[in-house]
Amino acid sequence: MKTLKLATALVASVALPAAAFATDLEVTHWWTSGGEAAAVAELAKAFDASGDKWIDGAIAGGGGTARPIMISRITGGDPMGATQFNHGQQALELVEAGLMLDLTDVAEANNWKEVVFPPSLLDACTVDGRIYCAPVNIHSPEWLWLSNKAYADAGIPVPTNWNEFVETAPQLEAAGKIPLALGNQPWQSNLAFGAISIAVAGLDVWKQVNVEKNMDVAAGPEYAAVFQAVADARKLAAKSTVQDWNQATNLVITGEAGGQIMGDWAQGEFQVANQVAGTDYTCLPGLGLNAYLSTGGDAFYFPKNKSADVEEAQKRLAALLVSPEVQVAFNLKKGSLPIRGDVDLAAANDCMKKGLELLAQGNLVPSGDMAWSPDVQKQNEDLLVEFWKTDMAPEVAHQQWVANLKSGL
Amino acid sequence: MAEARRTNRMWRNLNAKIAAIPMVLTTLVVFVGGTAWTVLYSFTDSKLLPRERWVGFDQYERLWSNSRWLTSIENLMVYGVLSLVFTITIGFLLAVAMDQKIRYEDTFRTIMLYPFALSFIVTGLVWQWILNPEFGIQSIVRGLGWESFTFNPLNDPKLVLYGLLIAGLWQGTGFVMCLMLAGLRGIDEDIWKAARVDGIPTWKTYLQIILPMMRPVFITTLVIVAAGIIKLYDLVVAQTSGGPGTASQVPAMYVYDYMFQAQNLGQGFAASTMMLLTVLIVLIPWAYLEFGGKKHG
Amino acid sequence: MVDATAIYTRSDAVPRGTKPKRALSGRNIMIYGTLLVFSLYYLLPLWVMVMTSLKGMPEIRMGNIFAPPVEITFEPWVKAWSQACTGLNCDGLSRGFWNSVTILIPSVILSIVVASVNGYALTFWKFKGSDVFFTILIFGAFIPYQVMLYPIVILLREMGLYGSLWGLVLVHTVFGMPILTLLFRNYFSTIPEELFKAARVDGAGFWAIYAKILMPMSLPIFVVAIILQVTGIWNDFLFGVVYTKPDLYPMTVQLNNIVNSVQGVKEYNVNMAATLLTGLVPLFIYFVSGKLFVRGIAAGAVKG
Repeated sequence: MKTLKLATALVASVALPAAAFATDLEVTHWWTSGGEAAAVAELAKAFDASGDKWIDGAIAGGGGTARPIMISRITGGDPMGATQFNHGQQALELVEAGLMLDLTDVAEANNWKEVVFPPSLLDACTVDGRIYCAPVNIHSPEWLWLSNKAYADAGIPVPTNWNEFVETAPQLEAAGKIPLALGNQPWQSNLAFGAISIAVAGLDVWKQVNVEKNMDVAAGPEYAAVFQAVADARKLAAKSTVQDWNQATNLVITGEAGGQIMGDWAQGEFQVANQVAGTDYTCLPGLGLNAYLSTGGDAFYFPKNKSADVEEAQKRLAALLVSPEVQVAFNLKKGSLPIRGDVDLAAANDCMKKGLELLAQGNLVPSGDMAWSPDVQKQNEDLLVEFWKTDMAPEVAHQQWVANLKSGL
Repeated sequence: MAEARRTNRMWRNLNAKIAAIPMVLTTLVVFVGGTAWTVLYSFTDSKLLPRERWVGFDQYERLWSNSRWLTSIENLMVYGVLSLVFTITIGFLLAVAMDQKIRYEDTFRTIMLYPFALSFIVTGLVWQWILNPEFGIQSIVRGLGWESFTFNPLNDPKLVLYGLLIAGLWQGTGFVMCLMLAGLRGIDEDIWKAARVDGIPTWKTYLQIILPMMRPVFITTLVIVAAGIIKLYDLVVAQTSGGPGTASQVPAMYVYDYMFQAQNLGQGFAASTMMLLTVLIVLIPWAYLEFGGKKHG
Repeated sequence: MVDATAIYTRSDAVPRGTKPKRALSGRNIMIYGTLLVFSLYYLLPLWVMVMTSLKGMPEIRMGNIFAPPVEITFEPWVKAWSQACTGLNCDGLSRGFWNSVTILIPSVILSIVVASVNGYALTFWKFKGSDVFFTILIFGAFIPYQVMLYPIVILLREMGLYGSLWGLVLVHTVFGMPILTLLFRNYFSTIPEELFKAARVDGAGFWAIYAKILMPMSLPIFVVAIILQVTGIWNDFLFGVVYTKPDLYPMTVQLNNIVNSVQGVKEYNVNMAATLLTGLVPLFIYFVSGKLFVRGIAAGAVKG
């Protein structure tokens, strides 16, 4: 009798809260590929299990397609419960316009200041000392992916860093390979430039330009060397004729190309093609020179709603997203790194472990999303795609690049 | 008495006036209002959300010193002229061919029209494949033995616009053919009879009698094709992403990229204002000729 | 009046031009030759799409886009229709199909009715300033949609229609109006004014002339308008997703999600199948309405 009572009480205590405040929350995001959707499913599963209901509002096409839709909904007075943005400056104006929910109390209750690592992630969510977003993952773009097969075909060892890669490129070319695969879309040119700039100019110079925004350094000889390095690299990519990044990755997988500079998400392509890290392909974070990763990523923002129930549910979701269990489940599927250092990712593969190691050592720099406005980044994309794909002089590109940065100061 | 006549006149075409209400509201509120709003905010430094922080002509200065914008304008002119000429010529020729009491008219029409039903995103992708040197036409022809055959328009900055044109014509000419065919079918049968009685050859009848009679159809086609060209966006994004480099950039891409990716509404509005201004420059003389001329005649 | 209508409408108008004499005349070779060459151009991408949609991903990675599949699989089609995931909802294109139909029917009907009445009024019932409104409408055809995104959001919000089906129908009607009105006005303007005047003398009013005389005479142009609107509205993604809510999202939201994923593995076979599937509805409409083309009523029958 006693046990029965206890059991009933237990059931009641578990079931009651759920019944009392089960709320539907519409969540919009642009994660729609296989791995991404599997990762979102983990978030939804956890949210549903906690008693609320995740209503999924996925919109593909990346931020460029999804953001105007999200912003329209928010300004149209019919906001969703939560929405993805890349954290940094993208949602700043919505926060300033008072359209976003203040999450500071959730952050304090769950100790985000201590657990979120690196702290720059939380800084990017902070406006005037208040916290407005929940970071969920870290993506780093600075990786060189190499095809072991291409190098075996050419009869040379797989390079261990960017310099070796450039040196051995002629031999690859002689063997009928494209040394560097690079898709035609502007963002890929910008990404490759960013990766080469950290590798060639080094961390200090990079920080002076992107964090301290020292324009004299930006115009100086270190960055002139970066532009020269890219001018050399673009010859290696001259025969690459694909558009999409994953078509370029496919060239590496089939051994038609030696390597590709791409973010950690390229890993999914290798996995799907049943490639094994170390034997079929090699990954070099920071291009094997300066093993630093920039820590961009995704975060969720919560537009202000009229209903108090919704607001409570929004806060519950925010807390849940940062919780250790959800972090592990989500990031294993997404192939990204977790935003807290106190979780265990034993199931991660080799390349992901390399990333985790760098993360643990603190070899991190803030991402471009945080350092520069989308406007500056778009201008640089336009410039760099032209620079990569034409014979524009390095000096001219360098000058224009500095001017682009200055427009964002 | 006079007053009664005036009321009478006001009430006379009442139904016609009621019927015109949707058009009047749309033009005034949406098109005039929306355009004025766009022009107004092009003088601000609006980023993500429209805001009234006035910066004069700053956005325009930046726009006209931007090399991507200048390339876009140039591309649009080249592509636009080529596309207009080819679309209308091919559309008309096909419509004439279809109007010759041919067999399987339905089949041919469907074949020509079906590309119009497919999304631009995949159209761009498929043509990107077909024109790709590694696995498209070039590799097939080389496989047949012509080793030196080179056909790689999408990776040659000088040829990339023609690569886009091949896909654009594929998608749009079928519909233009339909428009022209509708026009041909609307021509008075007596005209044909008269021409035949006079012994005028068919081709001459088309060129000298039918063509001038189809002026309204050509104007319709011209506007539809031209509006499509100005708004050209999806196809370029899917097929070339504006590349190689910035060789196939178009103005609409600049507008959208800066409005939504760069989150610089002011710059995007300035660019679209320039686009609309160009349209006005072409449109006003046309409207003058079309409507001004009639009053005299 | 009844007699007049009977004369004005002719149901057996057929294509014209000189009658073909022999099957293999030089003229026929030229006509059919041209049509066949162009058909090849139009069909080549379809071949690539269909072949790709029947291949597995490993075979696609091997290259040769023109080769027929070694191993035919219908899985991409099944996946595109009923399994492809949009975030968490893994029911493919089928999810938005009925929403698209719900959006399509009222939008096409309303936009064509409004625009044809506009064209009619602009041709036969000109009022002071009607030319100015018409010019503005033509100008409206050139305004990039995206620029109008935010102003329309505000407009719909103020009208209380934001997020509803009728809000979306209204947007389609407004943005379809310029080109459709132009289409109808220019077609109607080729109709002899005597006919209109005769009907007026008979005492027919605004709506009677429109419904009983103009409509039956203008089938080909109505078909063209239907083709244009069905395609435009069925393939619309932006308006559907910006001005409605998730439970009203059209099929193209799923199509976009399948085809337009930026990151992750691109399943080209599913992309192609999804595109072809989405194209089926407009294709069906073209095919059905195309028959009306041949039976189109020639304006020329009018004088006879």
